[in-house]
Amino acid sequence: MEESLNAMFMDFLWAFIVGGLLCAIGQVLIDYTKLTPARILVSYVVAGVVLGAFGLYDPIVKLAGAGATVPLTGFGNNLVLGVKQAIAEKGFLGIFTGGFTASAAGVATAILSGLTVALIFKPKEK
Amino acid sequence: MAKKISRNTFTMDSPPSIHSYASVVGQKEGEGPLGSCFDMVEQDAHFGQQTWEQAESEMLKRTVNKAITKGGLVPDNIDYMFAGDLLNQCISSTYGLRDFNVPILGIYGACSTMSEGLVLSSLLTDSELGGYIIAVTSSHFCTAERQFRFPISYGGVRTPTAQWTCTASGAVVLSPKAEAPYVKAVTIGKIIDLGITDANNMGAAMAPAAAYVIKTFLEDTKMLPSDFDHIITGDLGKVGSKLLIDLLKKEGIDISQQHMDCGCMMFDIEKQDVHAGGSGCGCSASVLCGYFLDKVRSGELKNILFCATGALMSTTATQQGESIPSISHAVMISNNSQPLG
Repeated sequence: MEESLNAMFMDFLWAFIVGGLLCAIGQVLIDYTKLTPARILVSYVVAGVVLGAFGLYDPIVKLAGAGATVPLTGFGNNLVLGVKQAIAEKGFLGIFTGGFTASAAGVATAILSGLTVALIFKPKEK
Repeated sequence: MAKKISRNTFTMDSPPSIHSYASVVGQKEGEGPLGSCFDMVEQDAHFGQQTWEQAESEMLKRTVNKAITKGGLVPDNIDYMFAGDLLNQCISSTYGLRDFNVPILGIYGACSTMSEGLVLSSLLTDSELGGYIIAVTSSHFCTAERQFRFPISYGGVRTPTAQWTCTASGAVVLSPKAEAPYVKAVTIGKIIDLGITDANNMGAAMAPAAAYVIKTFLEDTKMLPSDFDHIITGDLGKVGSKLLIDLLKKEGIDISQQHMDCGCMMFDIEKQDVHAGGSGCGCSASVLCGYFLDKVRSGELKNILFCATGALMSTTATQQGESIPSISHAVMISNNSQPLG
């Protein structure tokens, strides 16, 4: 019992450290560079794709779980995984279908929750 | 008749009077250090309307109405108006003023619009083509975010160094010689672009335009900074203000004692978390109409030089990597009607 609690705590800790670090890098980029938020978000996705392509992101996911999959780098990594899998199944065509298949759940959820929130709430001055 | 004393400076023969004026601002501006100066502080950012654009139009309409009633007039007394704002096709002005049934000329000078309107209306008045003329402008935080950055509903993170567009509006009614304050002289500014491309650093982009118009005005009218109680710029912010003072020092003109910037005055920069200060057409217009004009009318201030500053870029130009062309026009406002020179 104590061991599993310990393991769970370590999972939380690593998720917090890795997820927090990825967010902290984004904050530093907003504060100290002229990059627009949109460019930072896209860079994160591309960075995830590159790390994923060289197989460097999966070890981070194993260590940090949602701390690595929830930030946008995780989305980039997911695209790579999807493409790899689709190529294995369908060959050349998989290059085009894999990314969309793998990200379908995430994209559909984002669109639907965006719609729901827009229906329920009214934007305010920040 | 207005006299052309140089390429772009004009002195008024019988200085037109600022008959009445009004300012309306939003909640955040009302909570700032100048909060008690404005005619109306609206707590509802929507101004009772459905969209932000309608809200800005409503604010501009209320400002014009207030300026008219404060002057003891009705809309039919107004001969014509100069109006402009920051939105595409100046829709805050056109939608806000469409029910007034008053002849109107739309103008665009970005945040320098109040100066531009004052230049045009005072020149026409002193050329005996006036009557009651209104110059009005506005800006709204939420419409400006949509126009220049992202819609509020997108929920994006703002760059912390970006200026805060004021939800504010100011209107003046000019008439031939009556009571103080008077417009005594004006200088039309020119576009100056020193190659700054960072849209979050507009104060630095606009400072050279302000420096040019202040220098030109002082040289053409043979006046000194010490002849003025205040030399006022629109929205240079802290960085731009320092740059302006340095630029003029290099030309042998020291305005450090007289200079005030409406963008720096509008908010408590520390407490209200507005790092770079306020901006927007309505910032300088409302500070002029809410704060300075009362003091000139009462005689507490004798002479001020009002130079609203505008950055003339668009989002398309910025995205294409273009630098920021800037402009500022100078308007001398005085407590006495003695013509210059």
